[in-house]
Amino acid sequence: MAYAQAQRPRFSALSTTSVEHLSPAASTTRFSLPSAPSINTTLGGGKAGVRPNIYDRNLNKMRTSEVSASAFAFLFSEVVQYTQKRVSGIADLERRLNTLGYRVGTRVLEMMVWRTEGSSKAPKREIRFLPALMSIHTQVWKSVFGKPADAIEKSVENQDEYMIIDNDPPITRHISVPRDMSQLSCSSFSAGIVEAVLDGLGFPARVTAHNTPTEQYPNRTTILIKLEQSVMEREEALKT
Amino acid sequence: MAIFGLWVINKAGGLVYQKNCGDGLPGLTSNEYLVLAGTLHGIHAITSRLSPIGSSSGAQTIEGESFKMTILLTATGTKFVLLTSPIEPTADSILAKVYEIYSDAVMKNPFHTPEMPIRSEGFDSRITALIG
Repeated sequence: MAYAQAQRPRFSALSTTSVEHLSPAASTTRFSLPSAPSINTTLGGGKAGVRPNIYDRNLNKMRTSEVSASAFAFLFSEVVQYTQKRVSGIADLERRLNTLGYRVGTRVLEMMVWRTEGSSKAPKREIRFLPALMSIHTQVWKSVFGKPADAIEKSVENQDEYMIIDNDPPITRHISVPRDMSQLSCSSFSAGIVEAVLDGLGFPARVTAHNTPTEQYPNRTTILIKLEQSVMEREEALKT
Repeated sequence: MAIFGLWVINKAGGLVYQKNCGDGLPGLTSNEYLVLAGTLHGIHAITSRLSPIGSSSGAQTIEGESFKMTILLTATGTKFVLLTSPIEPTADSILAKVYEIYSDAVMKNPFHTPEMPIRSEGFDSRITALIG
């Protein structure tokens, strides 16, 4: 059937730990009852056909593995439908998707930092905002979506607003929002991921997603980052 | 060598999508399209019993003097019907691509209710890009 073609576009897996949504679909031990792990240990490593428990896999080995984009699209579609039944309006829907993305984002940050700095002799982290934003723009997007984001912009009206632009976000590629909900952007999920990464790095902000379609890219989405006052003050103090 | 139109019929026989390309066919009212789709659904079911060589899944092409109708029946009962000029060689591959676009833009869209009429901009724009 059309769903299972091998040429389906793919994007990178996020992590192998407790991210329920995005773990590779191959393992079946995730949903098993508490009695199942004991079955695994009794079989041990002796039998060749036993697949290791997903939690015991080496984190670095899964670095380049990918999840089927179609599988994620169906899961995300169901997430949106499930949420839509339980909310009172567009803003509430976006907030809930943002929260879900937040939970993913905390794990993305941990995994990304572990993979890049975990084995280095002198691990370092970003303490100024612009390098942190650049690392989100390239590394987070690459590890989550497989390619860096398309543009970064700084707002001219407000000093504390920055924008990350994606011309064709993979998670909303197949979503067509009906006309009466045209303000909704399901990329609020990605906005939640960005918000969690920023929070983890020490730059609390409010992150939202907005549709900014153009002729060439009707799915173009802007992720708007509004930094909190404390961050702006700290940046000022560190500038000198 | 032209494509006249595309119909998508759900498993109950109701028309969920209809598009005319060019002016090879006269325009009909939406009610007439619904009636035609329902009739075709019934005829297709009957043809699956008429096969002289045993089991059959139903008619795949219906040819007339000025048109050819190619029908793709999916495993889920959805029918994709392409109306073309009588000597269009690419009808089958186009229908396969339409099926792919359907499973992408319609099935993965959280705002689409299955078996209901398709009201999706993504589907419209991709179909227009494919068959004009």
